[in-house]
This record gives sequence, structure tokens and C-alpha cells, in this order.
Amino acid sequence: MMHNLPPKPKRSTFKTVRNILIGVILAGIYIWTFMGIDIDFAKAVDRMTNNYARIIPKLLDPDWSALSDVWAAMVETIYIAFAGSLMAAILAIPLGFLAAQNMTNNRVLTTIGKWILSAIRAFPDIILAILFIVVVGPKPFAGVLAIAIGSTGMLGKLYSEVLESIDTNVVEAMEANGANKLQILVHGILPQITPEFLSYAIYRFEIDVRASTILGIVGAGGIGTLIVFAKMNRNWEEMGLILLMIIVVVTVIDLISTQIRKRLV
Amino acid sequence: MTEKEIKKTSTQSPSVIPLKAKFRVTVIFFIVLAFYLFSSFKTESSITEFIDGIGNMGELFQKFFPPNLSLFQAIWPALADTIQMAIIATTAAGILCIPLSLLAANNVTTNKILYNIVRFLLNILRTIPDLVLAVIFVALFGIGALPGIIALVIFSLGLLAKLISETIEAIDMNPLEAMQASGANTIQTIYYAVVPQVLPQFTSFVLYVFEINIRASVVLGLVGAGGIGQILDQQIKFYEYPNAMGIIIIIFALVVIIEYISTKVREAIV
Repeated sequence: MMHNLPPKPKRSTFKTVRNILIGVILAGIYIWTFMGIDIDFAKAVDRMTNNYARIIPKLLDPDWSALSDVWAAMVETIYIAFAGSLMAAILAIPLGFLAAQNMTNNRVLTTIGKWILSAIRAFPDIILAILFIVVVGPKPFAGVLAIAIGSTGMLGKLYSEVLESIDTNVVEAMEANGANKLQILVHGILPQITPEFLSYAIYRFEIDVRASTILGIVGAGGIGTLIVFAKMNRNWEEMGLILLMIIVVVTVIDLISTQIRKRLV
Repeated sequence: MTEKEIKKTSTQSPSVIPLKAKFRVTVIFFIVLAFYLFSSFKTESSITEFIDGIGNMGELFQKFFPPNLSLFQAIWPALADTIQMAIIATTAAGILCIPLSLLAANNVTTNKILYNIVRFLLNILRTIPDLVLAVIFVALFGIGALPGIIALVIFSLGLLAKLISETIEAIDMNPLEAMQASGANTIQTIYYAVVPQVLPQFTSFVLYVFEINIRASVVLGLVGAGGIGQILDQQIKFYEYPNAMGIIIIIFALVVIIEYISTKVREAIV
């Protein structure tokens, strides 16, 4: 009955003080939140009762005549996601090696690598898309770049974790046998990491398909462009079809990619 | 083994990977490459354009720099709105996900049909991007923080319920069985046998979803759902790039700070 043993008194007071502190901080955060947020519920509910009939039934009644347009936009979305993911899968390799402690054997380099990766991850994809639209103009290419850079952060981090968990015995054995760095990389490290690298890249592609669907809202191509038009024209039947398309395509891609990843690892 | 065979095996370096696998990998590699080339053709993103793009980076720096950070005071209310939206949405999702995640865990919900229906609904919920939800809710409720919060709640609900139901599925079933054997009812079993096992993970996942919600609520304003994104959208539409860059840097700092705190707390919990 380990649970009935009385805890050490010192730790107990520390814990109570800590718990009270946490409670006070949390209460403070919530008071600040609910005092600060400005929501006019009456107005919102009023608007909702007015708009409900104009929007929700139409969303559930997709406009099938727009199918070919929506499908074309969805295909473009997949192209954006694919091109972006593949770029990221390659760009993330050097960064992953840089951020892996056992690859660089240098604390400074590793820290720099980890900082670069978390800095990239802090940018929402859509903000990157805004930046790239300013650079290359409002076209799918801006979306591809946003996806490529945005995914590099997460993939690089996952890659570096894979690298840090490899079996170093193989590497040491090869070093002891006089293999050079390139030989160690190709025969000792690559076979260990390839399946997991591929698996993560495919996983990121799943996320990127989802992310690409909204890039068009800021003008970076894909099905998001149609979302903006449907919203502006209050064409909720088309919006319904777009939603349905996103749900079906994302689900199918998730299923396929899960199957591939199961066979890889 | 004849002499010839020995010679053959010793001269040919033994291949670790069988020929069939090599062939398959090569074919897959070329399919991926071909689809990539096709995608980049369709999205007009070629290597040359990319190099052009890098050339344009100088232009980007000229347009966006120096970022105007002095507007911090002016945008603080919107920034606070963004954080508050994320806090409210995360709290609401954290509470709402409890029944859902219990329903989506196959060791608590033994009814196969109910379990599969809930799972299916959660999967669908997660496929709808938060910004699309925000577009619809802005149309329903009008511009403001409320549609943003609802969009965040719905999106994070799917994610949180999935993560927590997986945690519940992985718990030690012995305490549950012991409690059921000694006559505890469902609520008692959940409270005394499931909650203590799940609580640390639950807190950690809620914080993780909070990080995601902060990043999401930053951009919700782009479609009129409140927060800092609305100001960013205006500044970009008015071509006030130094202001926009200032806002982006402030957003970046906010996300980094909140992620740092949340990561530290999560490390302490689990």
C-alpha cells in the first residue's frame, strides 16, 4: 500500500504553497481573460437567428454544378502541398543533422540548429504565405514556399530526434574498422533513418494538405481561393461543396498515408 | 559449395538490400519525382523561380524593414484579445472534450457502434481547417471575437478528444476492474480509477492545444474573427509593410514566449 504512506512534511508544505501559487496565477489569468474579452452575446445571437436559415441549410445542400471547379482547385491544393512537402523533406535534412547532438558533437551548433527550427515553427503557415505573396506575388508558388518553409521546422525537429535515437554501436563498429565519414553516413546511418524520415515526410504531407486548403484565403492559391469567392458572393451551396470536398479528400489522403506509413516503419 | 560459387560470392559484394526491393524503391522514387515535377509545373514553382524568389528576398527586406515595433502600444488590445480568445477556446474545448474522449475510448465505451460513430465524427471535425470554420461563423455571428472562439473550440475539440481518448485507451485497466468488482458505479470508476491516471497527460495535451490555439487565433483575424490578425490584414492591404513586419515580429515573440512557458510546464507535469 504505497499510496497510504505519509509524504515527507517538507515536500508537502512546498507542494501546498506551489499549488496555491498555481491556483492564484490561473485565477488571475482567467479574471484577466473574462474582464478583457468583449463579446456582445445578445447581438451575436440576434444575428445568428437572422442568418441561420440563410446559411446552414444551404451548407448542407452542396451545389454539385460547381464540382469541376472545386475539384480543379482541390487538385491544385494537393499540388501545392506535395511540392511544398517534398521541398521541406529535403530542406529539413541538413537542419535535422545540424540540430542532432550526436551528429555535430558540438553544443553550440546543436543549439543554433534547434533555435532555427523552433523559430521557423513559431510562424503560422498563413503568415509565411503573406510574406511570400509580397515577394513572389499572389500565386500558388507563394503557397508552395510557405508550406516548404513552414514544414521544414517540424520535419527538422522530428529528423533530429530520429538521428539522436539511432543505434550508435553500428557507427562505432564502422569507425573502429576504419570507415570514413561518408561511408559511415551511407552504410551506418542512412539505413537506420530512411524509413522514419520517409514516414515523417508523408505524415507532414497529410498536415500540409490541410494547411494548403486555407492558403488561398490570403491569395496563395488552392481551394482557399474559392472559399473567399464563395464567402463574398454568399454562395453557401458552393461553400458546402468545398467543405465536403476538403473533408473527403483529406480523409482519403490520411487513410492512404497511414497505410503507407504502417508498411514503412 | 563448389570453388566457382565461393569465388562468385567473394567477388560480388553481398547486397544487403534484395534486388526486388531495390527495383521497387527506384520505381517509387521516380514516381515521386515525376509527381513533384508535375506539381511544380502546375503551381509554376520551378527552381529558377525559386532562385528569382531568393533574389527578391532583398526586395522583401527593403519593403518590410525596418519593422515598426513602436506600435506595440497601439496593438496591445488586439494582442490581448488574441490571447484571451485562445484561453477561452482552450478552456471550453478542455471541458467539452472530457465526455467526447470517454466516448471515443474503446475501453470505456464498450459499445462498438457508439465508439465508431464518435470516432468518425471526431475525424471529420479534425479535417475542417479552423480558418474555414471561422469564415462560416463570421458569416453567422458577425465580425468579432465570438466566431473566432467557436471556430477554435470546434477545431481543438477534435484534436484534444483524439489525443485524450488515446491516453485513456492506454491506461492500466486493473484499478478499473478492481473497482467494478467491488461495486463502484460508472462515475465512481471514472473518477477514482481513470482520472488519476489521465490527469497529467490531460494537462499536458491541453497546454499543447493552447499553443496551437495561440498560433491559430493569431491568423483568425484575417477572415474577420477578431484578434491581431485583423490589424495585420489592414496593414497589408494598405501596403504598410514596416507596420506589418512589426506586427509579425510581435506575434512571433508572443508565440515563442508562450511555447517556452508551456513546454516548461509540460516537462514539469509529465
